[in-house]
Amino acid sequence: MAIEIIPEVGHFALMMALVMAIIQAVVPLAGVATRRSLWMAYGAPMAAGQFVFLALAYLCLSASYLLDDFSVANVANNSNSLLPWYYKASAVWGNHEGSVLLWSLMLAGWGFAASAFSTSLPRDMVARVQSVMAMVSAGFLLFILLTSNPFERLLPNVPADGADLNPLLQDFGLVVHPPMLYMGYVGFSVVFAFAIAALMGGRLDAAWTRWARPWANVAWAFLTVGIALGSWWAYYELGWGGWWFWDPVENASLLPWLTGTALLHSLAVTEKRGSFKSWTVLLAISTFSLSLMGTFLVRSGVLTSVHAFANDPSRGFFILVLLGVTVTLSLLLFALRAPRVSHRVGFGWLSRDSLLLVNNLLLVIMTVTVLLGTLYPLILDSLNLGKISVGPPYFNALFVPLTVLLCAFMGLGPSARWKRMGARELTTKLWLAGAGALVIGVLAPLLYAGQWNLWVSLGLVAALWIVLPLVRDVIDKCRHAGSLGRGLARLSPAYWGMVLGHLGLAVTLVGVTVVSNYNVERNVRMAPDVTVEVAGYQFTMRELTSRRGPNFLADTSLIEVRRGGDGRTFMMHPEKRLYLATGMPMTQVALRPGLFRDLYVAMGEDLGGGSYAMRIQYKPFVRWLWLGALLMAAGAVLAVIDKRYRRVATRRGAATRRVTP
Amino acid sequence: MKRWLLLLLPLGFVGIALFFYQGLGRDPTARDSALMARAFPAFEAVTLEDANRRVDETLLRGEVTLVNVWGEWCPACKQEMPQLLELADHGIRMVGVNYRDRREKGRAFLDEYGDPFELNIFDPEGSLGFDLGVYGAPETFLVDADGVIRYHHKGYIAPSDVQARILPEVEKWR
Repeated sequence: MAIEIIPEVGHFALMMALVMAIIQAVVPLAGVATRRSLWMAYGAPMAAGQFVFLALAYLCLSASYLLDDFSVANVANNSNSLLPWYYKASAVWGNHEGSVLLWSLMLAGWGFAASAFSTSLPRDMVARVQSVMAMVSAGFLLFILLTSNPFERLLPNVPADGADLNPLLQDFGLVVHPPMLYMGYVGFSVVFAFAIAALMGGRLDAAWTRWARPWANVAWAFLTVGIALGSWWAYYELGWGGWWFWDPVENASLLPWLTGTALLHSLAVTEKRGSFKSWTVLLAISTFSLSLMGTFLVRSGVLTSVHAFANDPSRGFFILVLLGVTVTLSLLLFALRAPRVSHRVGFGWLSRDSLLLVNNLLLVIMTVTVLLGTLYPLILDSLNLGKISVGPPYFNALFVPLTVLLCAFMGLGPSARWKRMGARELTTKLWLAGAGALVIGVLAPLLYAGQWNLWVSLGLVAALWIVLPLVRDVIDKCRHAGSLGRGLARLSPAYWGMVLGHLGLAVTLVGVTVVSNYNVERNVRMAPDVTVEVAGYQFTMRELTSRRGPNFLADTSLIEVRRGGDGRTFMMHPEKRLYLATGMPMTQVALRPGLFRDLYVAMGEDLGGGSYAMRIQYKPFVRWLWLGALLMAAGAVLAVIDKRYRRVATRRGAATRRVTP
Repeated sequence: MKRWLLLLLPLGFVGIALFFYQGLGRDPTARDSALMARAFPAFEAVTLEDANRRVDETLLRGEVTLVNVWGEWCPACKQEMPQLLELADHGIRMVGVNYRDRREKGRAFLDEYGDPFELNIFDPEGSLGFDLGVYGAPETFLVDADGVIRYHHKGYIAPSDVQARILPEVEKWR
């Protein structure tokens, strides 16, 4: 039957992709060395072929999942015939093997896009970029084929049914969070490839940064959304109401985000002013290296985490070699080829250049802080100094002040001029915004909670200090245009991208501040007709019933909520599920989302006699956390459609038109 | 900048990589085996084979025993059976825990894939599994002659584990 050969087709497609990756890694680079343009031209078709074959492999694995082919070990261990089709499709990346396949598919996708959109760039540059992308790709394909083959069969004892997907992963969050995150991780490979290509070619001018900037923006946008989705998923699925745990794997995604943010800003300086050249290259290398390290940490099992996949030292060793070779070689290349004499482009101590430098330094310090906290347990364990874990107190104690400091400089940055500017001019521009931020920030907690709170004020002042100068800057820029409408229309997408990105961070900051300080949480015992009041809402349990889902049994309670002010009522249904195949219990949280507050009810233990432990939480402004992240991502994407990147595309379009008859 | 200073970057990374390498062989959850060197938890249950035969923890006294937690619903358990049969051939006393399963399904499983067990404790509610801290089947516990847990194998026993891990542990406690 055709179904039975699908996994073999997928396996074969994987090997084809590997062969193409190797050709793409070797031939174009050899072409550059020997100046043969035919060899250089090998890159584009190979990149396309790799993408096609990996897509085929991926479709084959998905088909095996959808058709319940339990002769495939990966399917038998992670899926189940009772699973709804959309979780079967997303279960593909809910496990180690499948998720590396998705990783590779995305890498090939980015590689294909990078070669398709770069036809107007110098040929040797494109050849080098394609070659570097293919080296990374070949490494991962070898990793899949040698240690993590998703098409491994269970023959001849084919199980009648699968083991079921981990219930934690049976959720919309799983459908979207990992792909977004991987898109971000992998996207930085393009920027990395551009940086390495520039180092190899010895052409560390502003040109490569202009080519690399759109890719960095898009990758960063994906990573931002991916992290936010992960936080949102943890919030509603794990049943604790937390949104960030400083878990090693969360940190692993935050690290490239921090250096990626620094990279976006450093790329801007290099493109506009030609300075920070080596620094930008180093950030590009670090960002991708940290993405790879994140992959290593998740898959090798060296750290304990809620995310860790099965602990298999041989896989860990392979990724470590991959990581080691990539990072060591690129850093070595950097050490040998970084510009010998950096062109000192002078700038005053008060200028946008210097402020961006401070921003970069702060982001790097934050990265090192998180990195140390994440790796410290591992290092102590390796030196036989005992097993410890570094918890939120460490991270909060260092990260919060650094963030506030970063915001202090962020407020100044957009209003400052390149090169140099007088302190007086900056003060004139910003004193009103500063005073406004201070007054509103200090008074807001008094008005909101009737009591002053240092942390809330600090957070709000920082957020307002980002927003108000931006508002003033937009108004200033429009003033010269005559009418406000015309002025707003004249501002470039790149500028709007910056405004949106900074605004997003401010929104996230408000969310973090308010929810951390004004969160109300109560653990109560509830039985039918018991009423509990939390933060001005009355919760009454109306009913306690059982139901049967497609692959689980559930105890459901029906809770009526009455709002204090206007007496409006609505219903909430928290659930406790028992998944049949694995016998794993899961809490299904009931959430009532709102722009200014979430209500959160989680069912806990059965206390007997028809009563249940319930955790009720009131979470003000928690949505702002993720809303801010979406704004930041939107800003990054908006900046990409700016004219100066489009010009490349138009020129390419014109060239194609001439060729096509 | 002095070029040799830049060379510290790759060197620094190699240093971190060494720590990673060291960490690879270690299991960060090693401490989790809370039952290690503790007595096998007390239980009272009937057997899979005979609904009228009652057994309790004294069943495991007197001889080194491998207790394997399995279920018909668990695909890895099917793959594990040949290894368990091999261990039984080495003369090791094997006791199964039929975990969260139905009686007829459990029996059909043993008929189809072989039965290395002296007997099977029937645990349809998973209460013994809970006391053992089982994450999922299969898991295997080595219990010494005094009924004390000496080794815990989480997950599937691979063909290579038989010689490399299980047999040496059994020898150690015999």
